[in-house]
Amino acid sequence: MKGLQVRNLNKSFGGLVVARDITLDLAPGDRKALIGPNGAGKSTFTNLITGILAPTSGEIRLDGRDIGRLSEAQRVKAGIAKTFQITTLFRSLTVRENLRLPLLERRGLTARMIGRADADPALEAEIEALLAQFKLSAFGDAKVDRLAYGQQRLVEMAMTLALRPRILILDEPAAGVPSSESPLISDAIAALPKDLSVLIIEHDMNLVFKVAAKIIVLVAGAILTEGSPQEISADARVRDLYLGAHHD
Amino acid sequence: MMRALFTLGPYAGLIAAAIAAYYLFPSNLGFVTTVVVAMIFVLSLDLVMGVAGISTLGHAALYGTGAYAAAIFATLVSADPLLGLAVGAGAGAAIAFVSGLFLMRAQGLTLLMLSIAVTEVLSSLANKYSGLTGGADGLSFTPGALFGRFEFDFYGQLGYIYAVCVFLVVFGMLRIVVASPFGLTARGIKESPARMRAIGTPVYWRLVSVYTFAGAIAGLAGALGAQSTALVSLNVYDFQRSAEAVIMLIIGGTGRLWGAVIGTIVFMTVHQVAASADPFNWLFVIGALVLAVVYIVPAGLLGLPEMVKKLTGGAR
Amino acid sequence: MTTILSILIDGIAYGMILFMISVGLSVTMGLMRVVNLAHGGFALLGGAFTHVAMASLGMPFLLAAPVAVLVVMVLSVPMERVLYRPIYKMGELPQVLATIGITFLMIASVNRWLGSSPLSIPLPAAMSGAMNIGFRTLPTQRIYVIAAGLIVIVGLYALIERTRFGITLRASVDHPGTAACLGIDTSRVFLLTFALGAGLAALGGILGAELLPITAYYPLHYMVLFLTVVAVGGMGSIMGSFVAALGLGILDTATRYLVPDFGTVFFYVAMILVLGFRPHGLLGKA
Repeated sequence: MKGLQVRNLNKSFGGLVVARDITLDLAPGDRKALIGPNGAGKSTFTNLITGILAPTSGEIRLDGRDIGRLSEAQRVKAGIAKTFQITTLFRSLTVRENLRLPLLERRGLTARMIGRADADPALEAEIEALLAQFKLSAFGDAKVDRLAYGQQRLVEMAMTLALRPRILILDEPAAGVPSSESPLISDAIAALPKDLSVLIIEHDMNLVFKVAAKIIVLVAGAILTEGSPQEISADARVRDLYLGAHHD
Repeated sequence: MMRALFTLGPYAGLIAAAIAAYYLFPSNLGFVTTVVVAMIFVLSLDLVMGVAGISTLGHAALYGTGAYAAAIFATLVSADPLLGLAVGAGAGAAIAFVSGLFLMRAQGLTLLMLSIAVTEVLSSLANKYSGLTGGADGLSFTPGALFGRFEFDFYGQLGYIYAVCVFLVVFGMLRIVVASPFGLTARGIKESPARMRAIGTPVYWRLVSVYTFAGAIAGLAGALGAQSTALVSLNVYDFQRSAEAVIMLIIGGTGRLWGAVIGTIVFMTVHQVAASADPFNWLFVIGALVLAVVYIVPAGLLGLPEMVKKLTGGAR
Repeated sequence: MTTILSILIDGIAYGMILFMISVGLSVTMGLMRVVNLAHGGFALLGGAFTHVAMASLGMPFLLAAPVAVLVVMVLSVPMERVLYRPIYKMGELPQVLATIGITFLMIASVNRWLGSSPLSIPLPAAMSGAMNIGFRTLPTQRIYVIAAGLIVIVGLYALIERTRFGITLRASVDHPGTAACLGIDTSRVFLLTFALGAGLAALGGILGAELLPITAYYPLHYMVLFLTVVAVGGMGSIMGSFVAALGLGILDTATRYLVPDFGTVFFYVAMILVLGFRPHGLLGKA
C-alpha cells in the first residue's frame, strides 16, 4: 500500500471527543481538501497525523508501516510534513537561511560543528531552485520578517517542500493573505510535484475548489462525507452546515 | 584576499589590544587576566543564551565545576596546566550534560530557577565535602610549568600570555562553530523551536549538545581562572558570577561573539574603575549602566552603530 | 519532641516571613509576566525606614512599622510607572537585566544613606522575650510573626474573593486580553497590585528582620530565596505561595537543626523535584 492510510482514529481529552473514528486515505498524487466549521477538529486531526498529539486509538500507516508511535521529528524523516496555519518562520534569519535549515536537516547534517553551513554547493543549488520555484529569488538575502505576508506564506511552503515529503499537509495556506496576493498561493499549490500527496485544510472555498480533486467534510470530530467538489457543493447537509446560520 | 583580510582583521585587532594591555598595565596584569578569563566564560554563555536562546542564571555551575576539577586534578594527579585545562573542560561538559538532561526540558522562569538551583546544590556539596575541596577555606595549589619548561612568574606575565592564547583559540573555535550547520541549528531553535521540530530536528537533544559544548568552554574558563589565581574557593559558584555574566553579555549584545568580548571589557573596566574610585557608591554606576543599556540600547553596545544609523536616517 | 516543636514553630514563622515577602512578587509576576529580581528591595526599604523612624525620629515600633509600610507603598507607585512600565513588553532577559539594575540602585541608595552594617529594629518588650503557652515557653516574636502571616493570608483571601478589586484582579491574571476588552483598566490593576505587593514585602522585611537581617545587600542576598518561593508555589497563585513558603520554611529550618553541614542542598533539591514534576509550580497554571 503506497501513501497514507488512517484507520479508525480516535482522540478524546477526558470526556471530550475531538476525533471520532476517522478513516482516510491519501495516495501518491492525491489532492484532497479537509473542510469543516470552526471547532470541527481539523487542527486536532493535523496534530494527530504529524505526531504532536497521540491518538487514543486507531492506526496511522505510511506505505504500510505503522507510524502512530513515532515522534514528530521521526515522522518528518518518514515523509510527513506540514505548513503552519500561523506563519512560523525563523524571523530574524534570511530567506536563504530559512531554507538552508530544512535542507541540512534532511541530509542529517544539523549536528555538524565544523565547516560553514553554506559551504555545500549541491545544497546551495537546491536553495536557489526552491527560491526560483516560489519566485523568491530576489529576496534570498532579506530577513524573513521584511517580506510581504503572502511571500512569507510561500517561504513557509518552500521550507516544507525542502524536506521532500511524500505527504504534505497545508494548514490554511491562505490564512491572512490579502486577496490581491492569493493567486500566489494557488499558483504555488498547482506547481507542487505531481506524485506528492497533498491534504489542504482551508476555509477559502474558492481556493479549495481550485486545487482539490476530493473534499472531505469534518463535523464534530467525525467525517460527514467525502466527494468531488461538485458532489460536495450539491450536498444538502454540507450546505446546511455552512449556510445554516442564514436559515434561522 | 579581501575576505581573508576581513576575517583576519579582527584577530589582528585582538592581538594588538592584548599586546597593548600587556605594556599599558604591567602592574595590573592580574586584573587584565581576570578580564580575559571572564571573556571566555561570557563567550560560553553567549553560545547558550545569545545563540541558542536558553535563559540561564546558573552558568557559574559549569565554571565552578571546571575550576574545582582542575584544582583537584592538579593536587592529586598532575600539575600540568594544559592537562588541567582539559580536565576542567571535561568536567564542565559532564556537569552540563547531566544537568542539561533536565534543564533543557524547562523554559522561562522555571528554567532560570532550575539553573540557579543546580549551582546552589553544587556549592553546598563543595562546602560539605571539604576534604576534597577545602570547603570554606578554599583549595590552593601550584600550577606546574607550561610545556614542562616555563614557570608561571610572580608578576603574572606568563599567566597573562597563556590566558590570551587560550582565549584566542576558544574565540576562533567558536567562530567556526557558530558558522557551522550546528550553529545555524542553534539559532533556528532560538527563533522557533516549533518550526525546528516540524522540519524533523530533535530539538531537545540539540539543546543538550549546545549546553554540553558550552559547558566544556565554561569549565575551561573555570580551570584557567583557578590556575591564574592558584586558588579555588566556594565563590566560583556564586549567584553573582552567573548574574554578572548575563549583564556583561546583554551590555555587549547577545548572539554575537563580539558582543560577549566587548560587554565583558566594558563591564569589568567600569566595575574596576568605579569601585576603586568610590568604593561606597560604585554600585550606582553599575546600576545606571545596566538600566541605560536596557532602556536606551536594548540590542547592546554592538547595536549602537545600527541605532545611530536609524536615528540619523530618520532625521533626514 | 522539643526539637520537633522548635523546628515547627521556627519553620512556620520563617515560612510566614517568606510568604509575606514573596506573595506580592508572585501575583505581580503572574499578572504582568515580568521577571522581577528587585522585589526584595521593598523588604529592605521597609526595614530601613522602620530603623530610621525608630532610631532617628524616636517613633515606637508600632507606629514606625505601619508608617514605613505606607512610605514603601507610596514610593512604589512612581517606580512602577517610570521603571517597570517600559519593561513589561520586553523579553525575559532584558527584564532580568533591568530589575537587577534596579536592585543595584536600591542597594547603592541604602548603602549611601545608612551604610552597609545591619540595621537594628528593636521590638517592644511585649513582642520580644518568651511567652508561656501552658506546657512550655515559646519566643514571642515567632507567635506575632505567625499571627501576622495568618492575618495577611485571610485578608488577601477576603480581598480577592469578596471585593470588586479582587474580581478584576483575578480576571486580569487569568485572561489579560479579555479583561482589557471588558473595559477593565488593567494598568490601574497592575499599579495597585504592585503597590500592595511592595507593602507586604515591606511588612515581611520588618517582621522578619530577626531571621533575615536588614543590610544594604539584602535584596541581592535573598533574591534567589524569594524567587524560589514564587517558582515552587506557581506564579500568580496566592495559595501556592503560601504552601510553598511554609513548606520551604519548615524544610530549611529542619535541615539547619538536623543536618547543618549539608547547607541548602535539601532546599534546592526540593525545588528541583517540584519543578521537575510540575514545571509551573505546585498551584501554578500553564
